[in-house]
Amino acid sequence: MISDYFGLAFKNLKHRGIRSWLTLLGILIGVMAVVALIGLGTGLKTAINSQFGVSATELITVQAGGVTYGPPGTGVVVPITTDDLRVVSNVNNVDLAIGRILGTVKVEFKDGSVDFSMAGSMPKEKEQRDFIYETFGVEIMTGFFLESGDSSEIVLGYGYSDEANDGDGLDVGDKIKLNNDTFKIKGIMEKSGSFIMDYIILVNEDPLKDLLDSGDDLNIIVVRLKDKDLIERTKVDIEKALRRSRDVDVGDEDFVVSTPAAAMETVNSILTGVQIFIVIIAFISVFIGIIGIINTMGTSVVERRKEIGIMKSIGARNENIFMQFFVEAGLLGLVGGLVGVVLGTAISVLGVYGINYQFGTELTPAVDFVLISLALFGSFFVGAIAGIVPAMNAASQNPVDALKG
Amino acid sequence: MLKIVKEKTKKAIIELRDVFKHYRMSEDVLVKAVDGVSMSVVAGEFVAIMGPSGSGKSTCMNLVGSLDVPTKGHVYLDGQDVSQLSESDLAQIRGKKIGFIFQSFNLIPNLTTLENVALPMMFQGVSSEERSYRAMGFLKLVELDDRADHYPNELSGGQKQRVAIARSLANEPEVLLADEPTGNLDSKTGKIVMDFLEKMNKDGKTIIMVTHDPDLAQEYADVVYWLKDGKVEKTTRKKIGKKKFNGHVIEDIAEGKKFSNASSGTSSHAEALGVRDEVD
Repeated sequence: MISDYFGLAFKNLKHRGIRSWLTLLGILIGVMAVVALIGLGTGLKTAINSQFGVSATELITVQAGGVTYGPPGTGVVVPITTDDLRVVSNVNNVDLAIGRILGTVKVEFKDGSVDFSMAGSMPKEKEQRDFIYETFGVEIMTGFFLESGDSSEIVLGYGYSDEANDGDGLDVGDKIKLNNDTFKIKGIMEKSGSFIMDYIILVNEDPLKDLLDSGDDLNIIVVRLKDKDLIERTKVDIEKALRRSRDVDVGDEDFVVSTPAAAMETVNSILTGVQIFIVIIAFISVFIGIIGIINTMGTSVVERRKEIGIMKSIGARNENIFMQFFVEAGLLGLVGGLVGVVLGTAISVLGVYGINYQFGTELTPAVDFVLISLALFGSFFVGAIAGIVPAMNAASQNPVDALKG
Repeated sequence: MLKIVKEKTKKAIIELRDVFKHYRMSEDVLVKAVDGVSMSVVAGEFVAIMGPSGSGKSTCMNLVGSLDVPTKGHVYLDGQDVSQLSESDLAQIRGKKIGFIFQSFNLIPNLTTLENVALPMMFQGVSSEERSYRAMGFLKLVELDDRADHYPNELSGGQKQRVAIARSLANEPEVLLADEPTGNLDSKTGKIVMDFLEKMNKDGKTIIMVTHDPDLAQEYADVVYWLKDGKVEKTTRKKIGKKKFNGHVIEDIAEGKKFSNASSGTSSHAEALGVRDEVD
């Protein structure tokens, strides 16, 4: 019997005009927003987190600056120096503290130039270099990593390679100019998925210091811990030590000590804000969708009064009529949900590919079938709920009056 | 055997006992649509309820078809007082015992011919396969099985009415209730439809036809209730009905003449009846 209602409702829906379908926009947009959001949300989070270029969560970084999380080198008032590096090295639980110079350089190569390219310094000691490679999870694709004393060699990110540029890129052995000094490409790294790492130019500390004329200034101190569980306490200790050495009060810090967890938290809280906003919009849409279905079903009852009369005259009980309109309203909602799911999934898939294309990440779109089933069930449910009042109205029609049309 | 048949034919399948249907339009306007009507329809009869518009025949049909309940009096459907039944039970019984045929066909436009015919069975809980199978049988009966997959708007008026007849047969009801079945048809297709009704009657269905057309009523019906101003003005019967329906009160044909003269009616239906009686 239930399947009969679906059959009838389906038949009736097939013959509906565009007006009925337009009322589904609300549910469609609501479901689309939620599906796209969740599909993209995971991707977006992964994408943003991967842009930090940090896979491990167990390191602390120290940067100059106030409360901003801007890129290194911007808005620096009192730079971090090798003095700070020494202070940090002596803090309890600090295993290794590496000072790095990061800066933008002008790059010129055979076929063109890039005005602002990120260059990062590689420390002198092998242990420190290995730590950097390990931390950022990079491997060499062709050529070799830098050795101590490589003063005119550099290693490039994947983004410069032939492979990433359809054969038009750079290769090991090619010469390029950084701020008018000539360097030879010693190695090219494998794709990391992080935009920063894929377009970085690694230069040894001393030549980069000369290139950027940075003196004792550092852009970032990367800290490895002895006991990774004490990361938050060590962070506090480092802050304390730096406040003392740089002579600033609590709240007036001109440096930022951050843990990846904290940074990710910031990103996630922004994402959560966006998500809440979208969910609110989705709810409003669904609410509008409910009103739309109530309206279109109400109109339908008036339009099909005669049909109701016919059905009653040929033996339909009130509950038969109710069920027919109830199921029809549910199906109406389901159609909205179905289109929403398809569009939402399309948006999230396209979005993920967009992110991959833009940032060189390798995310796979997450199609969550549990979510999709829930969304479909939910939209049927919402539609059916919206259909209750019109369906009751349909069922209570007096057969004689209804037959008159 | 004969005795059983006789008893069966005597059973009143629908009975109106002193039925009133009054509508209060405003404080001092009371419309007496049906004003004390009694009639008894015996199984196997072809009954016509005849009357001009405003005579209360539509209301009467609604009461007979148990679509409506009287304000006073009793309507018995197969011995059961319909005013005692709940709306749902009434619908159920209506679906099972009465097949409706309407002037404007009243097929459901979104359903195919076959689905239209099958629909009444759905409300009686017949399975979907069985519905299609049986509906096809009824369509064959009205010679429209080749139109099973067509939609109503692809059919001519006569075909639509034949589909409606097939639909009225769906639950194999004892009574077919036809409201002006030829009202929207030309005379030729109207005759085809009427011939089908006649055939159903010969096959044992009780037929109650509401019409404003006295010729039609007298040509096909065994019993004609002449309605005027909500009252049965007279009841006439075919002579053949005298034998067939022994035991019923038969009104004089002459009275029919009187009616014909009294009502400034259009045609002399009483004479027509008389002529036909002679022919019969």
